[in-house]
Amino acid sequence: MTKAGAPAHLIVNGKRLDGRLPEQMRDVEVKVGVIPLADGSCMLKLGETQVIAAVYGPREVVPKHMALQDKAYLECVYDMAAFSTTDRARPGPSRRSVEISKIMRDALAPAIFLEKYPRTKIDVYVEVINACAGTRTAAINAAAVALADAGIEMKDLVTAIACGKADGKIVLDLNEAEDNYGEADMPIALMPRTKQITLLQMDGQLTKEEINKMLELAFSACEQIYAKQSAALKEKYIVEEAEEEV
Amino acid sequence: MSSYKNMISALLTKNMRYDGRSLVDYRQIKIEPNPIPHANGSARVQIGKTDVLVGVKFDVDTPFPDTPDEGILITNAELCPIASPDFEPGPPGPEAVELARVVDRGIRESGCIDFSSLCIKPKEKVWVIFIDIYPINDDGNLFDAAALGAVAALSLARFPKYDESTETVQFKEITNQKLKLKDFPILTTFAKLDKYLFVDYDKKEEQAMDARLSIATLSNGLYTAMQKGGDGTFSREEVLNLIDLAKIKGEELRSILKKEIGKGG
Repeated sequence: MTKAGAPAHLIVNGKRLDGRLPEQMRDVEVKVGVIPLADGSCMLKLGETQVIAAVYGPREVVPKHMALQDKAYLECVYDMAAFSTTDRARPGPSRRSVEISKIMRDALAPAIFLEKYPRTKIDVYVEVINACAGTRTAAINAAAVALADAGIEMKDLVTAIACGKADGKIVLDLNEAEDNYGEADMPIALMPRTKQITLLQMDGQLTKEEINKMLELAFSACEQIYAKQSAALKEKYIVEEAEEEV
Repeated sequence: MSSYKNMISALLTKNMRYDGRSLVDYRQIKIEPNPIPHANGSARVQIGKTDVLVGVKFDVDTPFPDTPDEGILITNAELCPIASPDFEPGPPGPEAVELARVVDRGIRESGCIDFSSLCIKPKEKVWVIFIDIYPINDDGNLFDAAALGAVAALSLARFPKYDESTETVQFKEITNQKLKLKDFPILTTFAKLDKYLFVDYDKKEEQAMDARLSIATLSNGLYTAMQKGGDGTFSREEVLNLIDLAKIKGEELRSILKKEIGKGG
């Protein structure tokens, strides 16, 4: 399929349209505790993609009959701000955002000791404030940090990144052009300590070898993201400790 | 939590399933071609007691601005309350949206539909294909049944007449023109419970399982879509094993599909 406005090439002289090498990730920036009213929060940048995650809970379940007797009720909401996209996005849920909210929940749930918080609700809200490809993976990365910041007991953080295929080459962390015009897109989330995959989606056309290569690339990229996530969490709490001592 | 979970789990340790199937057996698959006269193409797919109706309707509309010379595919699923005690009336919830979008991606990304052949007049008139998925009994694995039904209904569908002079669709006049599918993309969904992986979960297994992974394949061995769901996880080795299994099971389902729609031509 050729779409109107598609660039002739996605990779020129071995470099991608944004100057990155095929296996190079965009810069990741993580800030913890950006929303004082929330129980946990995080702002995360993946290149120009920017998301803010807030966690409220564990708190009372409303309405009450939604409460689960043996574990916490986890709900995730992924939303795009109207100004986050090139054309204004209509506020409110879309079919895309409803699906992403659901797969985000399925990506985060394995890492949380939900059974420690029966009859409560944990709300995870993520607002995409600038969308430049990779918003669902950025949202998961931010949400995991916000959950940890909220002090919710977790088995591990969750780290996510997309791999894809552009001009026949496997690329890490798709940019907007690759997302729109590339041959495949495969977002992955995993728990970095145990290497268990908590999210896997794919669309495009790939061989088994390509999928395997992408998993390998994603696994190593997730270690880099994990380092940024834990550093950001440590930074917040170490600074606070130091202030207390003074 | 499923009251069957302990039994299902205990049997899996002996590589058995509570209904007697092996870990890689589907339930019996039946495909009824064109059960709905008013649809342009339709299929009723039964996998065991799971029963899904899929209808295809054509219409003509203006194309999307970024694909001015291509037709449009819209996939929708309605989890109507007739099909399960768990379904409620109202607009599609996350489960219905996910079902429709996973089926849609398997078909769209496979390239089996030549979207440029659906263009009538660039920037102005293109064919729109609606795939509507209606489960009528949800006994688990709606994904595979819906995807099978969607491809069957697409391959059976006949276009209504398009009147060039009035630029309208004559819905009552059905032509012999069919949608030419280049391939049959097949979705296969796998369940994981404890460390065991198995195909075609029924409702009791669905309530017990930790996670699922759906994988769409083409006859040339390429993979066109994947989707993980549920609270559990998969290791990289498990994903790679399932990718191999998806190819084998996909081939089985594809040959059933070809045989059944051949009858209904």
